[in-house]
Amino acid sequence: MINLDLIFPEIFLSLAILFLLMVGVFKKNSERLVYNLSTILFIILLALVLNLFSIEEKMIFNESYKIDPLSSFMKSLIIVSAVFVMISSFPYLKSLNILKIEYPILILSSVLGMMIMISSNDLIVFYLGLELQSLALYVLAAFNRDNVLSSESGLKYFVLSALSSGLLLYGCSLIYGFSGSTNFTYIANTSSSIEYGVIFGLVFIIVGLAFKISAVPFHMWAPDVYQGSPTSVTLFFAALPKVAALTVFIRFLYTPFINLIDQWQTILVFISIASMVFGAVAAIGQSNLKRLIAYSSIGHMGYALAGLASGTNQGIQSSVTYISIYIVMTLAFFSCLFMLKKKEVFYEKIEDLSGLSTNHPILSIAMLVVLFSLAGIPPLAGFFAKFYIFTAVIEQSMYFLAIIGLLSTVIAAFYYLRLIKIIYFDKPKEKFETDHTVGLKFTLAISTGILVLYFLYPGLLNEVISKISII
Amino acid sequence: MFSIGLGHYLTLGAIIFTIGLIGIFLNRKNVIVLLMSIELILLAVNINLVSFSIFINDLSGQIFTLFILTVAAAEAAIGLAIIVVYFRNAGTIRVEEIEKLKG
Repeated sequence: MINLDLIFPEIFLSLAILFLLMVGVFKKNSERLVYNLSTILFIILLALVLNLFSIEEKMIFNESYKIDPLSSFMKSLIIVSAVFVMISSFPYLKSLNILKIEYPILILSSVLGMMIMISSNDLIVFYLGLELQSLALYVLAAFNRDNVLSSESGLKYFVLSALSSGLLLYGCSLIYGFSGSTNFTYIANTSSSIEYGVIFGLVFIIVGLAFKISAVPFHMWAPDVYQGSPTSVTLFFAALPKVAALTVFIRFLYTPFINLIDQWQTILVFISIASMVFGAVAAIGQSNLKRLIAYSSIGHMGYALAGLASGTNQGIQSSVTYISIYIVMTLAFFSCLFMLKKKEVFYEKIEDLSGLSTNHPILSIAMLVVLFSLAGIPPLAGFFAKFYIFTAVIEQSMYFLAIIGLLSTVIAAFYYLRLIKIIYFDKPKEKFETDHTVGLKFTLAISTGILVLYFLYPGLLNEVISKISII
Repeated sequence: MFSIGLGHYLTLGAIIFTIGLIGIFLNRKNVIVLLMSIELILLAVNINLVSFSIFINDLSGQIFTLFILTVAAAEAAIGLAIIVVYFRNAGTIRVEEIEKLKG
């Protein structure tokens, strides 16, 4: 008998999506209702996932679906950030006039896809989860459909993401053929003898996944899509799909292909170094804040992958810590962006920040914390995230990776500090509006609070993450 | 007489896959061609999966193929919808003119 309790959160979410679609269709002008209902649904979902937190490791559906500490942690991380994305982006959606019933429903279905991806232990399940997530994201990127930039970013994201899915699938087909099964556990048992077909497939899969988390050299979609899509969607793009893709990275590399570690370690080190350096250098000349944060996220993904490249449990845990803190920083940064509003227009250029501190001291301090944390300056949370990664990397004596990482941190600090200089020392501009909603203020307060106070109790997060042991 | 083996099917799959990739990277004219190239890539994967499934005597490859076909249909629908939306805003779907986002 299959134990359906284990996938109760997923079942609940799929039924909720269908229910909300019905509400949206049969009740006129129910945008606000559907939006609020879906925020509440996320909170219920969080409770359901936390309920499964104590499970050590269980498989269902012929070992194709796996519940373990990694999946529970990543799912709760995704759902918590989805709640904050929802409550912080409401005023933005309203003033852009894109608050439609489809918006929250698309977010819900992409979260469902991510949850399936995170728990998958089989190529077919993994692919279906990935596509459910991506199909919703294509539409979200083009959601502001009367805006040429938004529809262009949707088009670009669609073409490149479909291409990466194609590469990934080609890799899946090779792995299926040369190992004889689609199940990760089964592949792990057969791939000990090195076959070229399997290695070939592995490379294709790494390429496809690198596309999804926008690591160099497969990053070219990120800046365009981040800039073009509505800011609320950019926030979603910058936070949630990366968590899901990183989890799948961990699952792929450490379950079916742990025996091929010599083969993939070199590739991962290369991708990680390239992302860190490119993210640091390319962001320098940007004038758009959303574009800047796209390059910065490319760099951050490089650090997260550096932890994975170390090939130890400590490396995996440091990557998971890194991505959790990265999400908090992203939420804080975008809440600041949502506050740069004047007469129904949202400002997203760097020069709009000029002299922000004279008119908006509190917002400027929040921005200062976020930027220092992104640059990795102690004692903020961003420093600890990088510290764990480098500790894990150095313990495996991968000094080259660590040195390049530290150097690119220094380069990246340049453009974060430049923003701070513009906020504090440039000529002040016209005042922005200050009547923000409670949800937005709450998100900013919570996320900057976490960034500042993390160093007091780092054990809280570390204790949960230390339960994740893959190898 | 020679018989058709797994290698031939895989070569066919690889050729179609490469045509799809080249179609995406060399195409400068029309977005619809990109859509066709993506479709070609997915078909190459299907050929691979079905032939593997027959030669290693395991059904899950064919089931995977059915799922891929379904997803490919959904993807084409969404892709076409996005292309229509883009055309309404920009008045063109020529690939070389899609460059409003740059920096």
